[in-house]
Amino acid sequence: MNKNLYYTDSATVFLIACTMIWAVIGMSAGVYLAAELVMPHLNFDIAQITFGRLRPFHTNAVIFGFGGSALIATAFYSVQRTCHVRLFSPKLAWIVAIGWQIGVAAGVSSLLMGYTSSKEYAEFEWPIDIAVTIVWVSFAIVFFGTLATRKIRPIYVSNWFYGALIIVVAMLHIVNNLAIPYSWMQSYPIYEGTQDAIVQWWYGHNAVGFFLTAGFLGMFYYTLPKQAGRPVWSYRLSVIAFWAFIYTYIWVGPHHLHYTSIPDWLMTVAMVMSVILILPSWATMVNAVMTMSGAWDKLRTDPGMKFVVVSMIFYAMSTFEGPMLAIKSVNVISHYTDWTVGHVHSGALGWNAFVTFGTLYFLVPKLLGTTELFSKRLANVHFWIALMGVLLYIVALWGSGVAQGVMNLALNDYGHLNYSFIDIMLVTIPYHWIRLVGGLLFLSGALLMTYNLYRTYAASKSALPVLVKIPKVHAGNEI
Amino acid sequence: MLKLHKTIESNSALLIFGILIVTSIGGFVQIVPNLFDESLHKGTANVRPYSALELTGRDIYIREGCVGCHSQQVRPLVAEVMRYGAASTSGEGIYDRPFLWGSKRTGPDLARLGGKYSDKWHELHLHNPRSVVPQSIMPAYPWLAKNKVDKSIIVAKMQLLKKMGHPYTDAEIKQAKSAISDKTELDAIIAYLQILGTFR
Repeated sequence: MNKNLYYTDSATVFLIACTMIWAVIGMSAGVYLAAELVMPHLNFDIAQITFGRLRPFHTNAVIFGFGGSALIATAFYSVQRTCHVRLFSPKLAWIVAIGWQIGVAAGVSSLLMGYTSSKEYAEFEWPIDIAVTIVWVSFAIVFFGTLATRKIRPIYVSNWFYGALIIVVAMLHIVNNLAIPYSWMQSYPIYEGTQDAIVQWWYGHNAVGFFLTAGFLGMFYYTLPKQAGRPVWSYRLSVIAFWAFIYTYIWVGPHHLHYTSIPDWLMTVAMVMSVILILPSWATMVNAVMTMSGAWDKLRTDPGMKFVVVSMIFYAMSTFEGPMLAIKSVNVISHYTDWTVGHVHSGALGWNAFVTFGTLYFLVPKLLGTTELFSKRLANVHFWIALMGVLLYIVALWGSGVAQGVMNLALNDYGHLNYSFIDIMLVTIPYHWIRLVGGLLFLSGALLMTYNLYRTYAASKSALPVLVKIPKVHAGNEI
Repeated sequence: MLKLHKTIESNSALLIFGILIVTSIGGFVQIVPNLFDESLHKGTANVRPYSALELTGRDIYIREGCVGCHSQQVRPLVAEVMRYGAASTSGEGIYDRPFLWGSKRTGPDLARLGGKYSDKWHELHLHNPRSVVPQSIMPAYPWLAKNKVDKSIIVAKMQLLKKMGHPYTDAEIKQAKSAISDKTELDAIIAYLQILGTFR
């Protein structure tokens, strides 16, 4: 048998399993953190699970464990299909798949042990940063190697987004983590004070922009047309949106530092660019909605499609809310409050997790050589409880965030502060209970999905591995 | 334009370079000029490098993830200055590696905490926050009082910072170990909390 006639998907299957395991681990940690906020005795005086250490565990486990595994899995799957060629090096792909799990697992464990650089979403210390960089570069070799050996001339749009993810995240990760070690797990950054803040939020917001947005748009641009059975509505719009998006996004980081001691011009530039960013973001959304036209009936029959379409709605909402929060006069209220946390979760749960769930419900039966999930009904239940969960979550944090922001600035008729810090904190507690319920619902949905996918796998594992023959390239499109 | 794109999307190397160039511009403009902006790197009159004990305390503050709930950055807004104290400035933080401005106030801002409460208050508060603030949702940190500080790395830390431009004297570095011997992690973190805001 000539292997080169077939796609290779074993690393993808492994990564999808890891994606679900990280979803359960990372989201459980998130639920526990939400519970600690309303029941502080849950910290149990155990250093490793106190809020301060568990919070970066949660963010890194969901972003890099869950999100990263999902991105690598779908990149490996879709780059082959869009290039009509087997992965550049299936062995290296397996090294990436396993190396990523080891890197993230070691990283999040070290955070619980107290080894942290303290920079948000870049908390891993230097040895893990180096290990992760090596894995990431290997990912780049597999991905771009596959692009370079493709059989079809045009590079499909999903691959531009995955490409931007790989290149820009490498750049961000390396520049932001430049530090000099003083022990085998600890270091001091080469930047100090305000400069460190500027570099960190250039990284921090672009981790959102390129990891959680560009990467997932790659996934989206592959899945949606496939699920809908229709081509992307306007290729021209996707071209414009892509370049405008990656150019503009990189400027917006300092909106996390409004009214701090960074130079004023940085805040202004970031604010203006943030508002401009609505255009490319929504261009993609419009493109998606138009691609769907004529295929809306699939929402009735395909639970995966429901997730993907609703993810677009949350994407549109988050990419509108984000620029609004980046305006200084809104940010003056929202900064330092739960509003920001709610905003992140409307993107992370409503957009990233939903598009991932929808994509996996679509891909897993294909990868297993069956036509159906173990239970479509369970997938529908998952959809509704996940939607309830994310809505409860973000509405609750809008409530507490706006309350915190307004009460922080409120003065009474005599010009004195109207509320003490404790007053403000007490107002948030009922909202935090609602957020806990929302998080629990979302986690339950992820558990249902894990069970559903496992049963689908168990029912068809005798047929593995499924060999999919690489189709012929249409005449005129050959490279 | 679309023709140019046809070329780019048919060539993976061009696509890589295109992405690299387009995404480098913003970061370059925002980061590089600031490296040379003196106003960001010039200290205030009172700023000084952290003492051995304060530095140890700061690294414990980092280890426990305090920055996840406490900001250290007062914005120049009337209510905020009334609540916490004078607005933060760049010059206070020139010896802060990493910066600890934070992004969330689940607890109050700490940039002006120094001297606001007694050492004893901090001791009680860190042991069990609810003993002094009944409604507090902060975790308790009883292990800080039990753990002796790790003196084995203090010299390496200070030598590294000296190389990075923090003006430690050789005598300070030589005495660093003895300065923190017998101190608990609680002593160290309180020493750090008590100087917050004094570099103005």
